[in-house]
Amino acid sequence: MTVRVQTEDFDTGLELNQLRHARRDTGAIVSFVGQVRDLNDGDTVTRLTLEHYPGMTEKALEGIVNQAKTRWNFFDALIIHRVGSLKPTDQIVLVAVSGAHRGEAFKACEFIMDFLKTEAPFWKKEVTQDGERWLEAKQSDDLARERWVKKIA
Amino acid sequence: MKIKIFYFARLKETLKFSTEDLELPDDAFAKALTILKLKALLAKRSDVWQQMLLGKLKVRGAINHELVDDNAKIVDGDEVAFFPPVTGG
Repeated sequence: MTVRVQTEDFDTGLELNQLRHARRDTGAIVSFVGQVRDLNDGDTVTRLTLEHYPGMTEKALEGIVNQAKTRWNFFDALIIHRVGSLKPTDQIVLVAVSGAHRGEAFKACEFIMDFLKTEAPFWKKEVTQDGERWLEAKQSDDLARERWVKKIA
Repeated sequence: MKIKIFYFARLKETLKFSTEDLELPDDAFAKALTILKLKALLAKRSDVWQQMLLGKLKVRGAINHELVDDNAKIVDGDEVAFFPPVTGG
C-alpha cells in the first residue's frame, strides 16, 4: 500500500505503469482521478485551496485501504492526494487498485474513494468571483458511503 | 490534565486559533471529559466559539488522529482536534 499527501502534481501514467509491473499476476488495474472543476454551485471557480491534518490524514487513508482489504481480494492500492493551492483542471486525487480480476478492483477503488470523501481530514476552500468560501460537505457523499455499510460485499 | 487541541479549516479561520495547550485541574470534570464536554467548555469563551463548536456546522472530533463521536473519552496527554465535515477528494 502506498499513501502520499503532497503539494506537487503526479504523473498518473507513471504511477499506473509502476503498479502494472509490480506483479506479473496482475490482471486488472482500476483507477480514479479527481480534478478541480471551474464551476461549482453555479459559480466560476478560479482557485481551490486544500487543507489537511498532517499525521491523521495518512493514518485515515491507510485505515480505509485496510478496511477495503478485509472485504475484497486485491493486490495493492495507491492513494495520492494533493494539498495546497490548485487551479481548474489540476489533478487532486488518484486512487488506483491492482488485482487479478476487475470485479474486486472496481469495488475496492470505489469504496476507497467513497470513504476518502467522508472520513479523510481534507477541506476545500474555493476562490470565486465573489471571494473565498469553504465547501460544504455533500449529503450525496454520505449516502455513497452508507451504501457500503448496509451492503454485504 | 494537559491536552493539545488543533482546529482546522473554517474553525481555525474563524476562531483565529490553529492549536493550543489546555490545562485543566485534575477534578471530577477532567476525569469524565468527553468530546462533547470539551466542546461545551470551549463554547463558553464567546458567542463565536459557541456558534462554531455547537452550532450548525456539525463539528467533528478526533482523538490522537482517530475520528471519534461526541461521547469519546479524553485523557491526559491526548491530542484532540476539531474540524468541520471533511470535503476532500
